[in-house]
Amino acid sequence: MSEATTAAGSASGQPTRIALLKVLGPVHVWALGVGIVLVGEFMGWNFSVGKGGAYGSLIACWVVGLLYTCVAMIDSEVTSTVAAAGGQYTQAKHIVGPLMAFNVGLYLVMAYTMLEAGDALVVGDLMKAVAGELGHADLDPRPFVVLSIALLAWLNYRGVFMTLTVNFVITAAAFLAIVILFVGVSPWEPAKVLLHKDLLVDLPYGWIGVIAAMQFAMWYYLGIEGTCQAAEEVRSAGRSIPLGTMSGMITLLIAASLTWYVAAGLMPWEYLGQAITPLYDAAKLTGSGTLQVILFVGTIFSAIASANGCINDASRAWFSMGRDRYLPTWFGAVHPRYRTPYRAILFLIPIAVVFAFQAPLDQVISFSILSGLLGYTFMSFNMMKFRKQWPLGSIKRGYVHPFHPLPAIVLLVLCIATYFATFLGYGATLVAVMAFYILASAWFVFHRYKFVRRGDQFTMPWPRPKGY
Amino acid sequence: MDAWDLLSYAAWAVSALLFIWMLADAWGVGRNFDEDFLLSSREGEE
Repeated sequence: MSEATTAAGSASGQPTRIALLKVLGPVHVWALGVGIVLVGEFMGWNFSVGKGGAYGSLIACWVVGLLYTCVAMIDSEVTSTVAAAGGQYTQAKHIVGPLMAFNVGLYLVMAYTMLEAGDALVVGDLMKAVAGELGHADLDPRPFVVLSIALLAWLNYRGVFMTLTVNFVITAAAFLAIVILFVGVSPWEPAKVLLHKDLLVDLPYGWIGVIAAMQFAMWYYLGIEGTCQAAEEVRSAGRSIPLGTMSGMITLLIAASLTWYVAAGLMPWEYLGQAITPLYDAAKLTGSGTLQVILFVGTIFSAIASANGCINDASRAWFSMGRDRYLPTWFGAVHPRYRTPYRAILFLIPIAVVFAFQAPLDQVISFSILSGLLGYTFMSFNMMKFRKQWPLGSIKRGYVHPFHPLPAIVLLVLCIATYFATFLGYGATLVAVMAFYILASAWFVFHRYKFVRRGDQFTMPWPRPKGY
Repeated sequence: MDAWDLLSYAAWAVSALLFIWMLADAWGVGRNFDEDFLLSSREGEE
């Protein structure tokens, strides 16, 4: 669809209807999902080593990988039928109800905007580190934080195709950096560079350490569910979303395993568990200047790709909520030339900057992770309800995930385990996050819900749900 | 003042220019297009 969606032409010749541009393919969906996540391979995942040791981190990596595989399967099926911007928010609106939808929309916006702020902070800190190494101590990182947010917001404002094409290039380069590092440490000669035999020890804190590691193992995959936000802008949602999401999940499982293998073979768990940039440190330890440069570029690219994808996703969720009157309708505007949710993009810029400058990074990231986790918990219930109300055969699905209801049950159990893990390390943040969403829900119920047009909520051409 | 200081100032300046460009464009769109048209996107419609 190359021109604005039209009904009858208006007297001025201007089309009467406008819509987001449907120009994306599976490659863009992959770039959106993997782009948001891959920064977690370059930093963050390794705190799980501090909680559970190297083996504990690997177990947590695979268990949480199972959690996200369930997320990807469930998301692929539901989004292949609910092909609209807003992703899980729109799913909740159709399958559960307005209050759930409002909460899920808010989880999405908070998770992505906070992650974007964290990514921009990483870019600023990397610039500061480079300046320090080149002899300029105490460089102020703030202008580079703001520039990252401004440049990526501008790119998002100007069109989704270029935004996600850029994301594809830099995400692929960052992934390639991990593969190059893996090849560079000669894994086929175990004792030459990698010293797993000497460095790997038993679980230092036992199995409770493994559970505690699950919170940080989420960094390996956090954000892959963001592929759903592209549903209204892909040429074929039934094909692109499942293909992009599942291939993205496979990419991340490979990247996570390679990352763990290289880092655990080069650094003792006591150091690895608190390193800021573990993959860059690993490259340094190889003594290769080339690998160091490649991993530095990979780290920067991954942070930029993540922030870029986060702006895309947060703005789509905010836009959808505005369009449905869950928020002021002003946010539901589409740019007539670029066909992007430009007001949502603009509005979220200062919020990301405030998060970046006013909140501590670990709290921002914890809030982001918990918001994501709340969203995953919703998905398990949502999937059960979806299959019950619209059984297979009742509506057209682009993808049907196997073994239902097993993935939904596994997802719920692993979410509960991860809440417990979060409680062990960030109990106060967990309570603060819950309190925030309860207050926001109260605002929605007592103030905002009266503006929502209940009759307009259900937009999919589905039959009445079973038992209605 | 060294190259890093200049780079910092350039980063502030470029950021400001980008923000101003986006705000000006959004303002221009609001002036030149009918609000109902800008808000006419509908979920689930091709």
